[in-house]
Amino acid sequence: MFPASFDYAKATSVADAISILSSVDDAKLLAGGHSLLPLMKLRLASPSMIVDIGSLTDLSYIEDKGDYVAIGALTRHHDVQNSHLLKSAVPILPYVASKVGDPAVRHRGTIGGSISHGDGASDLPAAVLALDAKLVLTGLRGERVVPASEFFVGFLETVLGSDELLTEIRVPKFSGGWSFQKFNRRAQDWAIVGVVAVNNGHTRISLINMGPTPLRATAVEAALADGASIEVASGRASDGLDPPSDLNASSDYRRHLAEVLVKRALAEALG
Amino acid sequence: MTILETGSSERVTGKRLLRREDPELLTGEAKFVDDIVRQDALYMALLRSPMAHARIVAVDTAIAKHMPEVFAVMTGAELKSDWFAPMPCAWPVTGEMKNPPHYPVAADVVKYVGDIVAVVLASNKVAAIDALAAIDVKYEELPVIVDLEDALANKELVHPELGTNTSYVWKLEPDKSKVDQAFASAVHVVKSRYVQQRLLPSAMEPRGVLVVPQLYGSEYTIYSSTQIPHILKIMLSLTVGISEAKLRVIAPAVGGGFGSKLNVYSEEVLALTLARKFHRPVRWTEERSEGALATIHGRGQIQEIELAAEADGRLKAVRVNLIADMGGYLQLLTPGVPLLGGFLYHGLYDVPAYSFTCTGVFTNKTPTDAYRGAGRPEATFAIERSMDSLARKVGIDPAEIRRINFIPPEKFPYPSAPGLVFDSGNYLPNLEQGLEKVGYAQIRAQQQIKRSDGSKKHLGVGISCYVEMCGLAPSKVLGSLSYSAGGWESATIRILPTSKVQVVTGTAPHGQGHETSWSMIVADRLGISPDDIEVLHSDTAIAPYGLDTYGSRSLAVGGSAVYLATEKVLEKAKLIAAHHLEVAAEDLSYKDGSFAVKGSPDKVMLLSSVAFEAFTAHNLPEGLEPNLEATVTWDPPNFTFPFGTHIAVVEVDEETGETELLRYVSIDDVGNQINPMIVEGQIEGGIAQGVAQALFEEAIYDGSGNLLNTTFLEYLVPSASEFPSFELGNTVTPSPTNPLGAKGVGEAGCIASPPAVINAIVDALSVFGIEHIDMPASPEKVWSAIHLSGGNSR
Amino acid sequence: MQITTTVNGRSFTGEVEPRMLLVHFLRDVLGLTGTNVGCDTTSCGACTIHLNGESVKSCTVLAVQADGKELTTIEGMATEAGLHPIQKAFQENHGLQCGYCTPGMVMAAASFLKENSKPTEREVREALEGNLCRCTGYHNIVKSVLAAAVALEGVVQ
Repeated sequence: MFPASFDYAKATSVADAISILSSVDDAKLLAGGHSLLPLMKLRLASPSMIVDIGSLTDLSYIEDKGDYVAIGALTRHHDVQNSHLLKSAVPILPYVASKVGDPAVRHRGTIGGSISHGDGASDLPAAVLALDAKLVLTGLRGERVVPASEFFVGFLETVLGSDELLTEIRVPKFSGGWSFQKFNRRAQDWAIVGVVAVNNGHTRISLINMGPTPLRATAVEAALADGASIEVASGRASDGLDPPSDLNASSDYRRHLAEVLVKRALAEALG
Repeated sequence: MTILETGSSERVTGKRLLRREDPELLTGEAKFVDDIVRQDALYMALLRSPMAHARIVAVDTAIAKHMPEVFAVMTGAELKSDWFAPMPCAWPVTGEMKNPPHYPVAADVVKYVGDIVAVVLASNKVAAIDALAAIDVKYEELPVIVDLEDALANKELVHPELGTNTSYVWKLEPDKSKVDQAFASAVHVVKSRYVQQRLLPSAMEPRGVLVVPQLYGSEYTIYSSTQIPHILKIMLSLTVGISEAKLRVIAPAVGGGFGSKLNVYSEEVLALTLARKFHRPVRWTEERSEGALATIHGRGQIQEIELAAEADGRLKAVRVNLIADMGGYLQLLTPGVPLLGGFLYHGLYDVPAYSFTCTGVFTNKTPTDAYRGAGRPEATFAIERSMDSLARKVGIDPAEIRRINFIPPEKFPYPSAPGLVFDSGNYLPNLEQGLEKVGYAQIRAQQQIKRSDGSKKHLGVGISCYVEMCGLAPSKVLGSLSYSAGGWESATIRILPTSKVQVVTGTAPHGQGHETSWSMIVADRLGISPDDIEVLHSDTAIAPYGLDTYGSRSLAVGGSAVYLATEKVLEKAKLIAAHHLEVAAEDLSYKDGSFAVKGSPDKVMLLSSVAFEAFTAHNLPEGLEPNLEATVTWDPPNFTFPFGTHIAVVEVDEETGETELLRYVSIDDVGNQINPMIVEGQIEGGIAQGVAQALFEEAIYDGSGNLLNTTFLEYLVPSASEFPSFELGNTVTPSPTNPLGAKGVGEAGCIASPPAVINAIVDALSVFGIEHIDMPASPEKVWSAIHLSGGNSR
Repeated sequence: MQITTTVNGRSFTGEVEPRMLLVHFLRDVLGLTGTNVGCDTTSCGACTIHLNGESVKSCTVLAVQADGKELTTIEGMATEAGLHPIQKAFQENHGLQCGYCTPGMVMAAASFLKENSKPTEREVREALEGNLCRCTGYHNIVKSVLAAAVALEGVVQ
């Protein structure tokens, strides 16, 4: 299998990429290509133009900014997974990255690509949501900083404008408990349901593959804030959610899994 | 028959000789079909029906025909005059069997999603596939049959002209009254219904074919990713209408088969037909998601099995009623596959009365056919699951129910109620070794502790004892089963003038390491180094006679042919040596590459000298032909019956329904082993495939006949991460039916493992009163069963 | 689109269509057919090669993305001195049967052992999670990679 025909441009800078994006209707950014190319091979996406930002190596970095860590959008999962800085400042993030896809996928896939793709079934979008990260979007009119909580708006849909690209992810440092629960049938697969829990004074929980976007388990968080036990709070994991049914799991089973996994995540993160 | 005689003072057989096949595979030097470069070949792309059952109203190829680099676009209607005969089915299991004719490209009606409706030939793959998108087909939907029981009810018809969805009813019931009596007088009757889900064989190399016609001559070379180059040649000749003498089939490196390449496929017939039509090389390589629709599926049965037993659990009778899914059409062996299991639903137990009925039904799905084990995994699953149910009913341990029912060693050769003669067996020590190795008593104790601790993770242990029939097959028996070919195998041994040895075999290895094993057999008999022996195969011009590789037949049948041909060539060499040493042939002994006169060990003649004498032919015994060559075609007198015990230990998470396979022990008896390293590799691979059936894999159709999981994203072939290492052991009970004493091993693992795993899961879940989980035992299925059970009773 | 790559130590410059996948570039343009295609969905790993020394699935990389990069395929592993220690370990431990997944397995293992020279069995199994094999049940592949780790340690010391 191979993609349908497209025009190809290799961006020489962020500004160059933005200028191409803004001048072509149906252009798509290509970083590692591990979200986009599989869709293009199956002809589920057929953009007229590909803007390759793979050579913008200045977007690949992990830097200590005091109370947060700045991660360049082109930083690969493999580099996130192995970053000493992240392992000490935000240890959950390298751990989540180590569970994305398989090693070869992690050698190509980038954190910016994964987050921009905005897949509710992906691990890293849910992680930045639970971590309350800030996302730096760069476009024709300059930079804007959007909290992860406002970034994901629908199925494979984010607030990224058609002439914008995600350039940096700012992840607050934290030293509390955390847990990442990924339930799948084969190690390389997407989560059937996943849970990210971080506890830094107050507890934030996000859910993977429980809806069209990564989601916060707000009912659980509220219950915990009200002093509910883990057992009781985790029972509210799927409150208000309408998880998908597919070959791996029915909607009902996903609701159930969410409760079990939230319970386990909380036991680990708060324990 | 005698057991392998050696002409060597140091045996090679039985050693873990490294495979000679490996270096070229490890370096990328090996050529699979798609690796063979033919710059002038046209690439063939196939437009496949997205409808499961529909009338083709119109096919518009006008735009596609005029796309760049497109050579031709053809519909089924346009190709009608190019066909010679319908696609072949070689196993008309009954005289009345219904086999609607079908051709590589559908002209009027499509019968399953994936049925071919148009063909593009273009100068390259990209252009050919791009052109497919420009073909417009109008369909008129017809009623779709997906479910087997719906098919049986004939509510709608897959082939209306037949008036029924039933292709055949096949019965094996030597003594009906005996069976009825046994059930009438039984203390315990266990009746169960099991579903053998459809599976995608998923050999890692997708199928492919390249047909190269001679431009000015009239011969065709067909490179195909096939397990059966010899059968394919015959079938292509009969189907395409080209003299068999003008066809040469080569199976180059073949990346796994598991039965899926034991077939004659539309793409092969089509590529040859079009190469003939256009006098151009034609090639096609399957894509994975295309293969999910176009390559045969495995299993697809609904099984009803009843056991009749005495109060103590001793079996009196087994009665089986099977519905087998044929799919839209009959492929090469489709109707016969369930019958291969039909003789074995009593397992390795001494059962006096037996009844088996199989109804083959058409559905609007991809045809089924042989997939690793072919009928025998299904049979083993049914009896081994049922034995656990019987044990529960009688109130004895699953190991004990098996012990008291085993065919005792003194009964071999054992005439089974269904009519086979089991060659040899000694089942009890094999089971005991398995129980010992896994630490059965300790696991049971651990299980009790965990249960009383109230753990939400439940330990389970599952036993599966199996016997299979392999070494396919005595030709006469195949004849009595209406199979259209024999079961012999051919081998030629040539000792070349420089004393190097060529072995020509009719088997067609695709991962089994025949080159290595065959060289070991010959090396032992000739007392020379395996390095001096070359093994040739899988090219009908080089190895003209053969019946190829499937059904765990290659060693027991093909290896025996190799051994006997070596004997035969050695007999000839002996005559020449005797002539030169001026003694009678019977006065010679042979060892380590040299003949010696018995009693005068200094009077010797080296095999290498004999070979050169045979070549120069200057001084041969009167009437003896030059050269050292012998051919043997060996037709086995019986099947072989490998057996074993597999034990799975699992932990089931009550909260998620997830099963973790903690340990897997197998004790297999495959008779004498030529290369234990290769034997173990076959078993390990088989175990994994069977575990995959038990836990992961299923071809899922929706009600409209769409296959929902056509890629490896959704069809869950498990990875290394999903398995533990396996713990293997063996017993050795040689087969008396062939000179090697070998039984065959290719399918054993996947025959044994599905019931071991499901028995273990059901054992773990017994605290919930759960008695069965259908395969694959997905977390959701297990969780649902727990959820519906009303909770832990202990 | 013109690209320049180094493949198994040799430089190549040529024109490719943007949509050409790296695996097709290797197989069809350079004739390096040791890298196999086993699926459509980045699942099976048969096409695993090294890009700048790290494993990637060449079915999910465009040839144009390899511009300026160094590639190693299975053909670049053995030398005149013989098989690479990982290839040797696969042969010695019967880590292959049909051999179709093998080039990808070897390349995945080589990349992994550079990152983790003393892996546990569990780590090897996880490292190979993206490479499917239908013949071996993985048992001997895992053994092969563990043996290769020991052999390569010996080389380093």
